[in-house]
Amino acid sequence: MRELTYGQGIKEGMRIKMLENPDVFIFGEDVGLFGGCFGVTAGLFEEFGEKRVRDTPISEGAIIGAAVGAAALGLRPIPELMFVDFATVGMDQLVNQAAKMRYMFGGKLKLPMVVRLPSGGGVAAAAQHSQSLEAWFTHVPGLKVVYPSNAQDAIGLMLTAIDDDNPVIYLENKTLYAVASQVEDEVKPIPLGKANIKREGNDVTIITYGKQVYDSLKAAEMLEKDGIDVEVIDLRSLYPLDTEAIFESVKKTHKVVIVSEEAKRGSYAGELAAIIADECFYECDAPIKRVCALNTPIPFSGVLESYVLPNADDVVQAVKSLF
Amino acid sequence: MKISNDTIIEMYEKMVKIRKFENRAMNLFAEGQFGGFVHLYIGEEAVATGVCESLRDDDYITSTHRGHGHIIAKGGDLKYMMAELYGKETGYCKGKGGSMHIADATKGILGANGIVGAGHNIATGAGLGIQYKGTDQVCACFFGDASTNQSTFHEGLNLASTWKLPVIFICENNGYGISVSQARHQNITDISQRAVSYNIPGITVDGNDVFAVFEAVSEAVARARKGQGPTLIECKTYRWRGHFEGDPTVYRPEGELEQWKKKDPIPRVEKYILENKVMTQAEMDKLNEKIDALVEEAVDFAQASKFPDVSSAVEDVYTDIVEEGRSR
Repeated sequence: MRELTYGQGIKEGMRIKMLENPDVFIFGEDVGLFGGCFGVTAGLFEEFGEKRVRDTPISEGAIIGAAVGAAALGLRPIPELMFVDFATVGMDQLVNQAAKMRYMFGGKLKLPMVVRLPSGGGVAAAAQHSQSLEAWFTHVPGLKVVYPSNAQDAIGLMLTAIDDDNPVIYLENKTLYAVASQVEDEVKPIPLGKANIKREGNDVTIITYGKQVYDSLKAAEMLEKDGIDVEVIDLRSLYPLDTEAIFESVKKTHKVVIVSEEAKRGSYAGELAAIIADECFYECDAPIKRVCALNTPIPFSGVLESYVLPNADDVVQAVKSLF
Repeated sequence: MKISNDTIIEMYEKMVKIRKFENRAMNLFAEGQFGGFVHLYIGEEAVATGVCESLRDDDYITSTHRGHGHIIAKGGDLKYMMAELYGKETGYCKGKGGSMHIADATKGILGANGIVGAGHNIATGAGLGIQYKGTDQVCACFFGDASTNQSTFHEGLNLASTWKLPVIFICENNGYGISVSQARHQNITDISQRAVSYNIPGITVDGNDVFAVFEAVSEAVARARKGQGPTLIECKTYRWRGHFEGDPTVYRPEGELEQWKKKDPIPRVEKYILENKVMTQAEMDKLNEKIDALVEEAVDFAQASKFPDVSSAVEDVYTDIVEEGRSR
């Protein structure tokens, strides 16, 4: 075992595949010389050269579009947009092109590309640099969506995502980049659609991913003192989704809280709640709860931002409301 | 530039093939044989033909909603195209794409596209892929005049010019963005002027003169193959039909269509062919009959083909996941 930060994990996943496969290359805003806005690609430019780690203009449509075109020719590009919020500018290329070309063209094209999108609030970046937009991407047939919470998963999911023949949206949480955790010496690829039970428990299931895994684990410890035995599931992959792990847990605990950092209205958390209601309604002996951000843009001032974003106390409160 | 007789005959054949396919599609649509949005290329045949004749089989194109002409000119098969218009399982896209989304990766056709301007960036990406692989292929990107007002035009040309990508940007200026004339949608007449912003060559040619298109594009292709970057070529042309079949074209000034019909690109080539004895009238007639037969064969093929099994609706969303079908 060794210690690695989340950001280093993302880099290691890309680096392993770049060493293995010359068709894998990176481009995006400031990913080269500068090493990435959050330092994730630091050193890769020096190691692989400009051809494979390329700085682009600030031009999100061109970045995603270039990835679509290059992937259609059989390459495996990893475009990065500095913030998930900027996906709006490249959204046509993601939603109308990347996600649909295979289907529209009768299954005759593969589009292997991994789009890296730093997400989430908590860094005083205000409304246009702090969003959690996973619902937009999971809503679109043709896209796969992953969201690692730690270095080990960041590596394992990256390895699988790069080898996948479909467009994969790789969401990264900005507040986790510097968070270190233990990582196996040789990390194996993690299949997409395989959740991770972070903590086993019998009384209530918390379903979460990304940064909220930490808030949920913290809440679980607090609840333990009150005698509530919490299970925490880290989804890791939002689509494909490990429904089996979710249903199994719900059938055991009969209570569910879903935690995400999204604005609650129209959230992916809502989709999870609907899936559970569809399949496990009679297994639930309490309402399915969602803990999300408030339905506002993310504000700048720390006091306001913390007020809007969900935290461990919110999770504790939501769990307690079920008993 | 000396254009060989073989090339001239090939171009003539392609133009007639497009015209006859489109005329047939127009009538079939009017008969209610198939539905959907059908955007016909009649009147613009010289552009697709002149461009694709300058390309090799292993070169790429990106197309538009008005894509039939591009696909035929790049070697698309009329049978699979017609079957796709009918929504049949034998169509290019197994009935999932229709007129607006025909693609054939084996012929380098990266797809017709329903989003105006989407091709600028995809073609740039294909150019990036070519440059990355280090081959001397190129990608021709077709788009209309109105798409040059989209941000994608700027993003694509900026990146392609900055990275010297092998892309030839072909603007088919047919004078209208749906119902809005060029004078009402942009403050310029010659779109090729916009090349100045990207420090690349920009030229305007008569898009109804297949030789002019062929020459201009051939030169641009040669530059691109040598790693000298993209070119913007504006081909001035006119669509005879409305934006889509069913469009009443109330926005056209009286007499405009008639004026353009006088500049029909096909008789111009026929005149050249006869005057220069490239073919005899009898040879030309024979070629026309051959194409008529090909079009009829395509119609028969499409009509005889089956509709796709509904179970295929949930296939090919991903390479490895079949989505859930109806349970009711």
